Amino acid sequence: MSSVATVFRIAAVGNLPRLRGTRSLVPSFGAVALGLLMAQSGFAQEAGIATREYGDFPYIGSRVAVWIAAQVHLMFAAFVLGVPMFAMVAEAIGIFGGDKRYDRLAKEFTRLLLIAYSATAIWGAVLVFFLTTLYPRFWAHLSEIFEVSMWIYVGLFFLESFTLYLYYYGWDRWKAGTAKYAHWGLAILLNIWGTAVMFIADSWLSYMMSPPEVITADPSPGVVQLWSAINNATWMPINIHRIIANVVFGGSVVGAYAAYRFLAAKSDEERAHYDWMGYVGNFIAIGALIILPFAGYYLGREIYEFNQQMGITMMGGFMSWLWIIQAFLIGVLFLTGNYYLWVGMTRIPGAERFLPYTKWMLVVLVIGVIVWATPHTMIANRAELEAMGGSHHPFLGVLGVMSAKNTAVNLMILTTFLSFLMYRRANKRPVVGWAKTGTIVQASLFALSAAVVLFYGVYGYFVTAIVRIGFSVYQVLAVLGTIIAVMVLDVLMLRGSESRGAIQWGNMPARSQYALFVLVVTFTWLMGLMGFARSGIRQHWHVWEVMRDTSQWAATPALGPAAQVISVCVLIFLVLIAFIFWLGGLVEKPQLVPEQPAPGASGTVTS
Amino acid sequence: MSINRYLRHPFWQAILVLVIAYVLIEYGIPYLPPLIGISSAPVPQSVVLQYMLTVLAGVLIWVSDNEERWARFREPIRATLVDRDKRVLRIALLVIVPLLTGWLTFRAVRQTVAAPPSLRSIHPAPPSSITFRGQTMQLAGLENPLREGDLMAEAYRVGKRVYYQNCLPCHGDALSGDGHYAHGFTPAPLAFTGSSTIAQLTESFVFWRIAKGGPGLPREGTPWNSAMPAWEDILSEDEIWSVIVFLYEQAGVSPRTWEEAEGSGEH
Repeated sequence: MSSVATVFRIAAVGNLPRLRGTRSLVPSFGAVALGLLMAQSGFAQEAGIATREYGDFPYIGSRVAVWIAAQVHLMFAAFVLGVPMFAMVAEAIGIFGGDKRYDRLAKEFTRLLLIAYSATAIWGAVLVFFLTTLYPRFWAHLSEIFEVSMWIYVGLFFLESFTLYLYYYGWDRWKAGTAKYAHWGLAILLNIWGTAVMFIADSWLSYMMSPPEVITADPSPGVVQLWSAINNATWMPINIHRIIANVVFGGSVVGAYAAYRFLAAKSDEERAHYDWMGYVGNFIAIGALIILPFAGYYLGREIYEFNQQMGITMMGGFMSWLWIIQAFLIGVLFLTGNYYLWVGMTRIPGAERFLPYTKWMLVVLVIGVIVWATPHTMIANRAELEAMGGSHHPFLGVLGVMSAKNTAVNLMILTTFLSFLMYRRANKRPVVGWAKTGTIVQASLFALSAAVVLFYGVYGYFVTAIVRIGFSVYQVLAVLGTIIAVMVLDVLMLRGSESRGAIQWGNMPARSQYALFVLVVTFTWLMGLMGFARSGIRQHWHVWEVMRDTSQWAATPALGPAAQVISVCVLIFLVLIAFIFWLGGLVEKPQLVPEQPAPGASGTVTS
Repeated sequence: MSINRYLRHPFWQAILVLVIAYVLIEYGIPYLPPLIGISSAPVPQSVVLQYMLTVLAGVLIWVSDNEERWARFREPIRATLVDRDKRVLRIALLVIVPLLTGWLTFRAVRQTVAAPPSLRSIHPAPPSSITFRGQTMQLAGLENPLREGDLMAEAYRVGKRVYYQNCLPCHGDALSGDGHYAHGFTPAPLAFTGSSTIAQLTESFVFWRIAKGGPGLPREGTPWNSAMPAWEDILSEDEIWSVIVFLYEQAGVSPRTWEEAEGSGEH
């Protein structure tokens, strides 16, 4: 009782440390909420002053406990932030394009969202309680600087939740006329709230990595300007990277959901619907994946710019091995994504003319993965090291540097784009008079960009590092330019095109659906791995060079134990998401019953 | 005729691709480049495994991305497992495959006297600043002072003397990390030639490594096992910068330079 009374006293008198000029901005509700959190931890016993620095979590330790809570929370958060983006786009296609399938798809996405949203909130609460009880000193520091943003976060979270409820439960009520546009407006609002929530949370974690120059260990965090702490060096790069990654992740989870429903389908209609849904999920995931490396490069570059030591720790120091694993996983994504498209082409009339080329594209991809994942410093025993004359291989060493890797990944991106293009054109016959010329121009653009990528890849070995870094920009521009130009040409060329036959949705072998499972497992694991890299490069600092971690768990784990924790996080997430998929099926059944007697409703198997 | 039939069958094509890939990786990479004057070495088993897994993934994708090819690929496997006339082969495989797996597993986990392969980061992260003979030096943005004006020729001359007096026994006459004592060290002394060692580094990084040596390596990524001495107590600041000039000139590579904006974000 006394601690609760203390909390209310703190809230009432405004006794918590405040940011300059922010006192009047926020209602006392926020102070109560924060105070309750402090009371929960037993930390705010005497007017907000921490009585201990660290708590202890049984068996696995505090670090791993917070790690798991943060990682699983993040996985759910990525899903619930990514899915509204393409629910919004799918609903818009349904409204403006007139294809009702997309509207149904958007609603099905949102139903998954509804359940996943609760899981996100639960894991978020677990994280906050773990932080307050296990890392009270650090949490006090963070909350002292960011308290206002934390209150705004709570408010936005509230708005986001109720917008989502309105959006989902209002679907059938506001399904026509102006009301439908208003309903779509809710989707836009949902994305605005969600993005704002993510931006705020990103400011906290990016502050831990790259606190502004003016912040040192000496002054009280209470005098730090909120905006300078939010707008730190890595905040916007992380925001951009996460927006794209959320789309990739959301698409892959939706693809896996569709695969699960496809394999469990009882009718051809169901199979056709979930085959199509799986295709859309995969399209979104791989499409966004193609631009994700560029956002990652921007983030990495900003980390180097902020602090060279942190950058080298990440790319060349003890975390360098992590990138080899990452490269291998990205190789798996490219191979699996293309495989799914190639298998899918077997159900498209007219795709036969492209199938002979896929084996050569596969050769490019396999060689690309081999080069992309060749380590600069190799794992070798004593005899192998002696034979190589060190840990660099005298011949394969040339594949271990960025010139080779940038070349490989750009060629893999081009190849994957070519697969999409073939898939897209498979059952279409262009009718415009310039179709042949257009195709030749497209092929020339592919050849030209591949030549540019190869030229700068090879030339990079003969120039200094500073010049070589600039070459990667030319390679990226060549590939992106080709993707955009070829796509524009293709859209224009296929306007009014004749069909070679309808896609036989549902006529897919079961193994193609396992490719979608491979994608989601790989994406989830990759997310855990990269999360560890981003967070781990702070090493023994809660806040880089401002607040040191002095707990018994301060040492950054080696890759082996880290991989175990990441795997546990992935398992927890996948088990919970599988449960949510199953729940989605339970919710759907009652809605199917009244639709069955309706004439002509055989194709409408989902709500 | 019968060989052609095998060569056109996806199952045997897959086996052939795997065998060719293995031979190329295991024997082609170490032995073919030297035939045209390019040095090479056997590929470490960890990398062979990585490459072969990638090739296997590619092969499995190829045999299964087409329904007809997938069905033909499975034919011999199914026949071996089911057909009556393949009974002897089936039993032989059921004995050989588990034995082979067991032997490989045993080989992988048995205790040996050899030190285990270590995951070693070759490129430790430098600190923002170091203390050199009582003076603080900011490494970020630091350039070699001897590259200014007409000091290069003298720096090269001094650097050459310093190198041959102190560095030669380990790093070798040709700067390729094969000095007289080199074979006694694990990890081996660094080679300075080629595009993947000092060509990737700024001169301030090389200064830090020479001045602080193995004892000055950061705590992250330990144990380093480096035998490199800390030369700050033996060589002067100018001698270290001189030997750096010599290393780059002699290896025929240029040091990494700083971006204009780099370091501005340091705090």
